[in-house]
Amino acid sequence: MAYAAGVDVGSTQTKAIIINEDAEIVGRALLDTGANVIQAAEDAYAEALAESGISQDEVEYVVGTGYGRYRVTFGNSQVTEISCHGRGAVHLFPNTRTVVDMGGQDTKAISVTADGEITDFCMNDKCAAGTGRFLGAASAALDIPLGDLGPVSLQSTKPIKISTTCTVFAESEVLAWIGKGKKIEDILWGVHKSIASRSAGLMRRVGIEDEITFTGGVSRNEGMVKALEERLEKKLNISEDCHYMGALGAAMFALDNIQAARTPAETGANS
Amino acid sequence: MSTLEDTQELVGRGNIEGAALFRDWFANLGETAKTGGAAAYVFVMGSTNEILKTFDLPVVFPEITSLQTAVRRVAHELLEEAEDYGYSPDICGYVKADVAVQLRGGDHPMGRLPKPTISVLTNACNTYIKWAEIWERMHGTPMYTIDVPGTRQAGGQTWAGNADFEADRKYVEVQLRELITVCEQVTGKTFDIDKFREVLGHANTMTRCWSRMLELNSARPSVFNALTDGTIYLGVANAFRGTEEGARYFERLVEEMEYKVANGIGQDLEEKYRLLFVGVPCYPIFRRFNELFSEWGGTFVNSTYLWFASGGTNRGFEYDLDNPLASLAEGMLVSVRDAMDSMFHQDTVLEQMITDHEADGVIFHPIKSCRTVSTGLADGRRSLSEKTGTPSLFIESDMMDRRVVSEAQMKNRIDAFFEGLASRRQLAQAGPKD
Repeated sequence: MAYAAGVDVGSTQTKAIIINEDAEIVGRALLDTGANVIQAAEDAYAEALAESGISQDEVEYVVGTGYGRYRVTFGNSQVTEISCHGRGAVHLFPNTRTVVDMGGQDTKAISVTADGEITDFCMNDKCAAGTGRFLGAASAALDIPLGDLGPVSLQSTKPIKISTTCTVFAESEVLAWIGKGKKIEDILWGVHKSIASRSAGLMRRVGIEDEITFTGGVSRNEGMVKALEERLEKKLNISEDCHYMGALGAAMFALDNIQAARTPAETGANS
Repeated sequence: MSTLEDTQELVGRGNIEGAALFRDWFANLGETAKTGGAAAYVFVMGSTNEILKTFDLPVVFPEITSLQTAVRRVAHELLEEAEDYGYSPDICGYVKADVAVQLRGGDHPMGRLPKPTISVLTNACNTYIKWAEIWERMHGTPMYTIDVPGTRQAGGQTWAGNADFEADRKYVEVQLRELITVCEQVTGKTFDIDKFREVLGHANTMTRCWSRMLELNSARPSVFNALTDGTIYLGVANAFRGTEEGARYFERLVEEMEYKVANGIGQDLEEKYRLLFVGVPCYPIFRRFNELFSEWGGTFVNSTYLWFASGGTNRGFEYDLDNPLASLAEGMLVSVRDAMDSMFHQDTVLEQMITDHEADGVIFHPIKSCRTVSTGLADGRRSLSEKTGTPSLFIESDMMDRRVVSEAQMKNRIDAFFEGLASRRQLAQAGPKD
């Protein structure tokens, strides 16, 4: 049995996925990227290998993706995370035609075909408005752990409208609302709605077509899932592995390479 | 048949000679600045070079002198100077770089620019008007604005013989006659109609050659890069319009390109993807920007820039030397109107380019500090996509301001675009699924 791996070095976190020849996930890892990008890639890969219980020699091909894709020094090739998120989403949810990937410093809207081919994409530009960083700023201002933001926001009864889209100014606006005596859950729901609105705008630029799959680290935030679903008036595809979607897509491209390199005799096909 | 000697002499000659002419142009401007001679400040869309050259007025193209500061990687210093002076970061980068150069007494990285004696502009870009008002305030420079009627509605252009067109032509012609009077006052010279005809004749040669050159680039492999080489040609087309040097340059350029086509000599890369470029280039990382595409075997075979910024050559319109002023009015009307149209209704122009040049993809490049060329791009892209299905990429940066140019983000998008092109090609080669 041969294995393929994908390592997604993102701005905030590094993800690794190992799949078998049937494209089933056999190992995964998630680490903070930190300052040493090369080390983060190596550590994530090692952790995924350990979880899968297979040795490095059994992995025939590794694809690096994410902003640090060229720092995956043990990778055989690199593919952008745009292509990888599209490919991974179609693998996990075959009816996916639109992908929204929300990560630490960027949000992407991707339009895909049934083959996982990218027909269009759009990203936030040189500005972290509408990305995970915006949530990070709110988390810092309110002193609430990142993982609690979603559940707290869902308790809102009278949401606040957050007017700034600037991540730098988000913190001061949140503090201003606290100063006015507004409830934390109402402020937080406003933050989620603000990000959802900006992301929906990106998605409209590529065209929103069913089904929609939500990927990236922020897809784990149930408040953001609800805010996006309300904004789009559509149900989103979500899975535990959506956070790993870039790495999964990269592993799928790695598997393509393994299969393409096989001779007909090896695959058992008739010549 | 090609010989090694021919190849060595011809291939690359246009770029060398273009760069030399460009240096000559700057040297001449430096000399004018030194002697305190008269100079006209003009713009690429509707320069009226034909009239100004008849009066031997040296022309300064502030759009070109400004972009040169970005190519030479000093634009940020000038932008910051203009911002310190009070201009907003959101104002056109060309304007701000020029303001800083004017504040420095004309000191420019390529030499010294003369002060404007007169500025001549059209309504092709609304910033032109505000820009000329800056010189008016700074130096007391008289500004002459030519109002060129635009297309009344998308696809509704009229041509010579049509009553509306003739009314518009007369409207432009009257303004050109008035400009001649102004030039006579500024230079103290009398308008020489024979010299004017000679200038128009050279401009006609340049126009013919320009059309031929674009046509030749439909060859496989393509013979020049519309973005990098094309910018050199644009510089000569504008600064030397209506001159003998300009006409000779383009005749020799066509000779080079015809030789390359005849001998299958392409550019210095393995051409895998033929692309069109829409908008104004990213000058702060000009070479690197192109490399982000050439690394994938992508090359630009044509652009809207070579259309709307080519100094009036885009439609291939040639002046009637028997009726020079009415003909100049017609040419100006056609080219300025088209420059405006190709920014807002460029899908028709692009559709034709895709067919003629067998383009695989279109790169839309909106820029932060120019609303004029960027506003319609999203609509243009959507329209083109619906009509042709040709893959396209939308990347945003700036033509001057490196503070808003993020190479890593650009590379990510460009790489993803090529991954898509490669996958599309692979699927097409594999044929339909059973």
